[in-house]
Amino acid sequence: MTESVLIIGAGQAASQLTASLRQDGFAGGITLVGDEPYIPYQRPPLSKAFLAGELARERLFIKPDEFYTEAKIDLHLNTRATAIDRGRKTVKLANGKDLPYTTLAITTGSRVRILPLPGADLPGCYYLRGIADVELLQDKLKPGNRVAIIGAGYIGLEVAAVAAKHKLKVTVLEALPRVMARAACLEISAFYEDVHRKAGVDIRCNTKLEAIEKNGDGLRIKTSGGPVDVDFVLIGIGIVPNVELALDAGLKVDSGIVVDHHARTEDPAIYAIGDCANLPCTHSTTGRVRLESVQNAIDQAKHAAAAILGKPKPYNEVPWFWSDQYDLKLQIAGLGHLDDQIVIRGDPASRSFAAFRLRDGVVAAVEAVNAAPEYMMGRRLIAARARVAPDRLADKTIPMKDMG
Amino acid sequence: MAKIKYIEHNGKEHVVDVKPGMSVMEGAVKNLIPGIDADCGGACACATCHVYVGQEWLSKIEPMQEMEKTMLDFAEGVETNSRLSCQIKVTDALDGFTVKMPKSQH
Repeated sequence: MTESVLIIGAGQAASQLTASLRQDGFAGGITLVGDEPYIPYQRPPLSKAFLAGELARERLFIKPDEFYTEAKIDLHLNTRATAIDRGRKTVKLANGKDLPYTTLAITTGSRVRILPLPGADLPGCYYLRGIADVELLQDKLKPGNRVAIIGAGYIGLEVAAVAAKHKLKVTVLEALPRVMARAACLEISAFYEDVHRKAGVDIRCNTKLEAIEKNGDGLRIKTSGGPVDVDFVLIGIGIVPNVELALDAGLKVDSGIVVDHHARTEDPAIYAIGDCANLPCTHSTTGRVRLESVQNAIDQAKHAAAAILGKPKPYNEVPWFWSDQYDLKLQIAGLGHLDDQIVIRGDPASRSFAAFRLRDGVVAAVEAVNAAPEYMMGRRLIAARARVAPDRLADKTIPMKDMG
Repeated sequence: MAKIKYIEHNGKEHVVDVKPGMSVMEGAVKNLIPGIDADCGGACACATCHVYVGQEWLSKIEPMQEMEKTMLDFAEGVETNSRLSCQIKVTDALDGFTVKMPKSQH
């Protein structure tokens, strides 16, 4: 019987685990340790509405302060866990405290990948991960300012969209041949490149970086395509999972902390949830996956809570993601890598269309641009491992509802 | 402040004060009212904040945008008074607003 749950990390997964445990009647102690000064908040709006100044900071917080008091959550913010002692079942904090646990949840998430480039640590080079990062960037969003964005993934392109809307001069530098290469198929990449170019963003793929140098009050980025002079730089080249605590404690780590269908590590008293976990997933071609998404943080936390409370229910959700750029909502479900066929439904020129990615005739992923029916039905088809004839999928005269 | 009444599928009622400007979804999530998941945090990306709006209130809230309409099309147990609660903005005029939650959000 679990008497107390200690949660290391105070993000989306921690928040959901706390809420699910209390909602399902867990009356034992819950302790939350976070290295930021904030109670759990949502990260997705950071590179979107919050950066744009359209969402007040208080609306980022998933639950209000009072929740933690009323639900009797013992909060340790602005400090970090430094070691797990699995024998004594305690966790040491940087502030010197030793906290006991009967069940431990590692929800340490991830940190930004640091760009290994001369000059990338100069003042004027920014990363985007937390509230504090965005508040620094907000001051730079002034019309006419020049920004180079390194990395054309979700973060880079979302910031590019916000910056272009604020009338900055935006250059995006990407090493790969196309934008969002990891997240989306060729057709979606091509569409988004076009959208950004029409909004005035200078997108440069296949660009190799050589160095960043001080250049008067600004910065100069030396690249294989010539120098780019800017006022500031935003680096968004991905994240690195925070697995060191688990590694040091002798837990198995393979990119993420290795867990089962219940988010449990090989130590039955320890769970790992969210960006930092490597979990079984039948939607992945390798049978396992590490996911960087709100959906996974939430769903895995719900399953972990159920297991902690003795009502385990194996996790096998269809992964889903979204990105807001300009007036476009990109909704993705499933994992499309190693696809062997792409089916486009709708006309990209209409700014509402979807790409279905098939593997061996089975719908593996859907990437929908302003196309909610395609996305919602796509999720169902992926969950059901449905085979749909490509010409039917592409036929707009057949409603998505009839694809099942 | 507007008083919003949330009725769980099992009939349990919760009445809470919600600040104007917040969404009906946020009022539920921030007060730990079960039955509204809101996985995407209000981006109209997941359809897990589905509610039934009290009939007398339907004409008093902003009509649905296309995205909400199509997301709802694929939710379970949709009725004529179904809405996504992340898309209903609370105003002082919504004092007494009532929503009922569906059996499940998935």
